[in-house]
Amino acid sequence: MRAMHWELKEPMNRYKKALRKKNAFIPFTVVGDPDLKTSENMIRTMIDSGADALELGVAFTDPIADGSTIQKADDRVLKKQTKLNDVFSVVKNIRKYNNTIPIGLLIYYNLIYQRGIEKFYREAAHVGVDGVLVADLPIEEADLVLTAAKKADIAPIFIVAPTTTKERLHKILRHARGFVYVVSLLGVTGTRNHINPEVYKLLRLVRPKTKIPLCVGFGISKPEHVKILLSSGADGVIVGSAIVKLIEKNLSNKKKMIIEISSYVKKMKAATQ
Amino acid sequence: MKSKGKFGKYGGMFVPETLMPALEELERAFHTYKNDKTFNAELNDLLKTYAGRPTPLYHAKKLSAQCGCTIYLKREDLLHGGAHKTNNGLGQGLLAKRMGKKRLIAETGAGQHGFATALVGAYFGIPTEIYMGVEDIKRQHMNVLRMLLCGAKINPVSTGTGTLKEAINDALRDWITNIKTTYYVFGTVAGPHPYPTIVKHFQKIIGKETRQQILKAEERLPNAIIACVGGGSNAMGIFDAFKNDNTVRLIGVEPAGKGINTKFHGATLAKGKEGVFQGSLSYVLQNEEGQIQDTYSISAGLDYPGVGPEHAFLRDIKRAEYFSATDKEALEAFKLLSECEGIIPALESAHAIAYVLKMKKKKSDIIIINLSGRGDKDLYHACNALGIKGTYE
Repeated sequence: MRAMHWELKEPMNRYKKALRKKNAFIPFTVVGDPDLKTSENMIRTMIDSGADALELGVAFTDPIADGSTIQKADDRVLKKQTKLNDVFSVVKNIRKYNNTIPIGLLIYYNLIYQRGIEKFYREAAHVGVDGVLVADLPIEEADLVLTAAKKADIAPIFIVAPTTTKERLHKILRHARGFVYVVSLLGVTGTRNHINPEVYKLLRLVRPKTKIPLCVGFGISKPEHVKILLSSGADGVIVGSAIVKLIEKNLSNKKKMIIEISSYVKKMKAATQ
Repeated sequence: MKSKGKFGKYGGMFVPETLMPALEELERAFHTYKNDKTFNAELNDLLKTYAGRPTPLYHAKKLSAQCGCTIYLKREDLLHGGAHKTNNGLGQGLLAKRMGKKRLIAETGAGQHGFATALVGAYFGIPTEIYMGVEDIKRQHMNVLRMLLCGAKINPVSTGTGTLKEAINDALRDWITNIKTTYYVFGTVAGPHPYPTIVKHFQKIIGKETRQQILKAEERLPNAIIACVGGGSNAMGIFDAFKNDNTVRLIGVEPAGKGINTKFHGATLAKGKEGVFQGSLSYVLQNEEGQIQDTYSISAGLDYPGVGPEHAFLRDIKRAEYFSATDKEALEAFKLLSECEGIIPALESAHAIAYVLKMKKKKSDIIIINLSGRGDKDLYHACNALGIKGTYE
């Protein structure tokens, strides 16, 4: 059944290689936004424009960790009857296009639960996914997922937040692989004007406790955000809502959408260097 | 965490990491205060002198004659605020006060839990914000006005169907953002641990009183307890005291809307399947991919695609049974109880009455219906549906 062989090459190593230079720019988009074809083209464009890794969202009806920008994107995607199989097809095509870039999925737990936990991780590994972050699955509930992820050789990616206590941090870091998703603020996804200073404290707290890369997400939209975070101990930055806003802004002109996203990714990647 | 909050396999804590420390803090506070003498004395005094507990257990003789058995109504409709929600509002409000929280937020469907939180906010002098779907704001306008009068701010939620599910999403997002200062007063026995346990703790006084009252009135236990189920807090509140009495049937009634075989209902236990939604593993109305389905019910308080995890558990172990009543049956029951007893039930509670009207009964049966709320809030909406105009030339 495994016709392709590249997926057998320890996907977690893709993170190791891609993030070792410690200046990663990781764009996020919801797969299928605004439609499957444009979405796939956009992801290729992101890779061509300098993305070091990808965070790909799977749309969910009730995304409680997301702000209104990503929720609206999820609604657009679900309105088109996009299914998990469609998401996997896009990932498979992207993996064919580029065999080195790490691909992470950002998903809500019920979608995995209904697919069957083991089946989901097996299928995800098969199409070339390297890591999975389950937005509403804290470490306490993650046993089944950890087992399935390990078996499929997919990195379980976990969030640490400014509220995470030292005890919780310890538990999370014991199981986290790929990278640690450091949430920069108290709140949901969405662009903010300024970086919350609490994140610097959080980076200082986490850095000595793990060897895997620390990537900061939530609220990041500007090149100056990227610069300050990378000079404060982050190994990478994840940008979602700012990109989704460019999609939303250009829904009637897909060419322009892709051009704007390309130049945005280039601009943000340039800020990492 | 002391516990994972499981009922069999159901329950748990399926929330973003940012919220976990807040749930830990809440669980700690709950364990500190639930057996604290001063806390309980203050709560009991509030329940008695402010909210009007104990509520009566009323022998509804005309309804009994109509049904051919003995029917009692547990009159939570007489509680201050107009529904059982005040029990939980006062309990959690006092907990928030003890925890030193500076702001209360809550979701609401029918507006009863929103109002219970608003009155508690007014009583304790804590600023309060209520998330409510735009559809529910329309159909439960009286409760919107009551919340505003008590000084609460209403945050209208227009995503999705603009009902309870979306209101909970936005309240959770607010909590994630304002976690350090804010207490989230969750309204039902669903959501992440420890909420199902906390809400049951503050609602189980309904069953405790009912058990004493029926033993005094009839010198025996009832044959069945009937309550409506949306998230399931009034049902859990009255069921709990009887759960070890195996001769007492515990029956929950879900909203069948336009029929459980249409797309327009909210009968989660009848038509849903196991899934993870808004913080816990329970039954969920969803499609085969796991996307949550839109629901429909004439009753805003029951219009919800999830259900408390302990109900899922009680159903699996066959300790409780769950049936449904349609909009039409609920409206008929709404009218019937008003006409024959002079008691206007909430449309939510009317579902429980509707099921009693159609269930199989014996003459010797004693049945208790939890009349969870009064119908003032539904007058316009229900009379409109019933064709009662009330305008005269």
